[in-house]
Amino acid sequence: MPAAPDWRRARIAATQDLTPDIRLLAVEPEGAFVAPTPGSHIQVGVQVEERADTRSYSVVDAGRDGLYRIAVKRLPTSRGGSRYMWSLAAGARLTVSAPANHFELALGRSHYTLVAGGIGITPIRSMALALAEAGADLRLIYAARTRADLAFADELSTLLGERLQLVVSEEGERIDLDATVATMPACGELYLCGPIGLIEAGKRVWAKAGRPAASLRFETFGSSGRYATLPFTVRIPRLGLEIPVPENRTMLDAMEDAGVAMIHDCRRGECGLCAVHILDAAGPVDHRDVFFSDEEKAANAKLCTCVSRLPGGVLTIDTADRAA
Amino acid sequence: MADQKPFPLNAWYAAAWCHEIRHELAARTICGKDVVLYRKSTGEVAALEDACWHRLLPLSLGRLQGDEVVCGYHGLVFNADGRCTYMPAQKTINPSACVRAFPAAEKHRLVWLWPGDPALADPALIPDFHWNDGTEWVGEGGTFYSLQCDYRLVIDNLMDLTHETYVHAGSIGDEAITSAPFEVTHTGRTATVTRWMIDIEPPPFWKKQLGREGHVDRWQLIYFQAPSTVVGDVGVALTGTGAPKGDRSQGVNGAFLAAITPESETSCHYFWNFVRTFRRDDEQLTRDIQRAHVNDGKGVYDQDHAVLEAQQKALLRHPRLPFYNLNIDAGALWARRLIDGMLAREGAPRPPRVEAAE
Repeated sequence: MPAAPDWRRARIAATQDLTPDIRLLAVEPEGAFVAPTPGSHIQVGVQVEERADTRSYSVVDAGRDGLYRIAVKRLPTSRGGSRYMWSLAAGARLTVSAPANHFELALGRSHYTLVAGGIGITPIRSMALALAEAGADLRLIYAARTRADLAFADELSTLLGERLQLVVSEEGERIDLDATVATMPACGELYLCGPIGLIEAGKRVWAKAGRPAASLRFETFGSSGRYATLPFTVRIPRLGLEIPVPENRTMLDAMEDAGVAMIHDCRRGECGLCAVHILDAAGPVDHRDVFFSDEEKAANAKLCTCVSRLPGGVLTIDTADRAA
Repeated sequence: MADQKPFPLNAWYAAAWCHEIRHELAARTICGKDVVLYRKSTGEVAALEDACWHRLLPLSLGRLQGDEVVCGYHGLVFNADGRCTYMPAQKTINPSACVRAFPAAEKHRLVWLWPGDPALADPALIPDFHWNDGTEWVGEGGTFYSLQCDYRLVIDNLMDLTHETYVHAGSIGDEAITSAPFEVTHTGRTATVTRWMIDIEPPPFWKKQLGREGHVDRWQLIYFQAPSTVVGDVGVALTGTGAPKGDRSQGVNGAFLAAITPESETSCHYFWNFVRTFRRDDEQLTRDIQRAHVNDGKGVYDQDHAVLEAQQKALLRHPRLPFYNLNIDAGALWARRLIDGMLAREGAPRPPRVEAAE
């Protein structure tokens, strides 16, 4: 089992709005400061309605001044974590974990291409800073919906100059992953963070180019899909249950709340432990995990309940609650 | 840091002799970190955390498949960078699945490992241990793996050679060591103890090596590089032939080499060698000198081994710290001061913070 996080009290030292819906929070923890490595995140204790829950946020820099800086995007359809984080003003108290890293940056490679989509810039920014400081050969491709959504764009531009490419989808631009990968040196590594569609596309292009799988590094926050985040209903005929999944709850949480016995570990769509069988879906299944392959997702036989959903309607499933 | 150990992590430590690392898995514990070492087909040494990402079984219990390590439990495969390249019974690989890869480098016939922040692992910081290269100086040493004492006790031992008089009487010990004056100097990373014994009767070991009659000038120039290597330039030359002024031509010169690697807080790996510049082609002498140091409990280093482990036991039984220091401990105290400085820089509490106007 993963080590229990090392929780400590903290306060908000400062806040700064980077874009209309991305806010930078500087968190000052009590006690010994554990420096975050590039790509790492902290967990934060949040209040969602009346419930205590936790969320993970990538740390955007090396924290040399003893602060954890995180950037939180306010999502109208979020599970409530971002609303709580946006309610915190300077001086507010909160609880955070020491940093952990699921998206480690390896040093000493001959070339790095970093690709960030939207709020996926957060871990990528910490990597870009570290690589630029180390004098590494790097390139950063950063996409967002509008120009105003490009948090950190000005400072990254100053830091990286020509090595930064900004992509604004509202202006008709798209990340050309094929060209991006094709122009990378053979020993180069690709670090990718953003919505699940970007990750899946990256994996496909990488494999097609015959690149070694271990040199593609990626992280997804499990919070973005191909479809809107809407309430839907889970039906489990064998158990005689019909469970509403609100837009701000995961299917896994809603099922556990309803008393369905579930196993799970990562809660971010990587390990596959919480997967259940799909019997029928009223619409497209929004697979937001990185556990299933493209083929498995297309077959729609199972889904990861910690991140995946249905954009409304009824999803009929079977769980492990049966003799065999 | 609250849980800081008594050894710096941001340093190169000897982990193995180069010849010990082949295309097979070798386990070592370095600074409390379990590491598995192996030589890739390219000749480079790989060093990974010795615990599978999945269920923590030591990877050293698995096997090599090409240059990748296959866990001996469920078959997960990790490449030399520590990244998982295979997981059983699934089509994808968890993106976060990896084990730590440690910076490793080969120099001076040893494999050096950096257990701390890899971003700081500059090969230029590998201690100067050129005496061990097997070129100008010759000798064959060995390793006391898992010597049951704090690595600093070995440094204390080597930085103060008055102990030779009592621990190594009959070989290199001599009353003259305890009466000769010595000088201790230091820089930001090194400490040096300089002792000259002028016009003395040579002790048995040196008398034999010199092979000439008469009084000698004996030197012990002990050079410590933080955090844990010690090189002792030692020898004798006929008195009056100018050795203290730099002319060692009428003498014999050796060097004891020690790369001491913390294993845990109370154990260490002691890589040692005794090298010389005289009779360099005499392989029998090389073997004899090795046997004089380690010989089934009877060598001079076996004597140190017994003292050091007994001392560690006593320290644990009598937690009366700090123990007392004497004038003779000046070299050891400078060495410890340099180690403490490294520890302080590593464990520095958060830097002073300016409240940013954000």
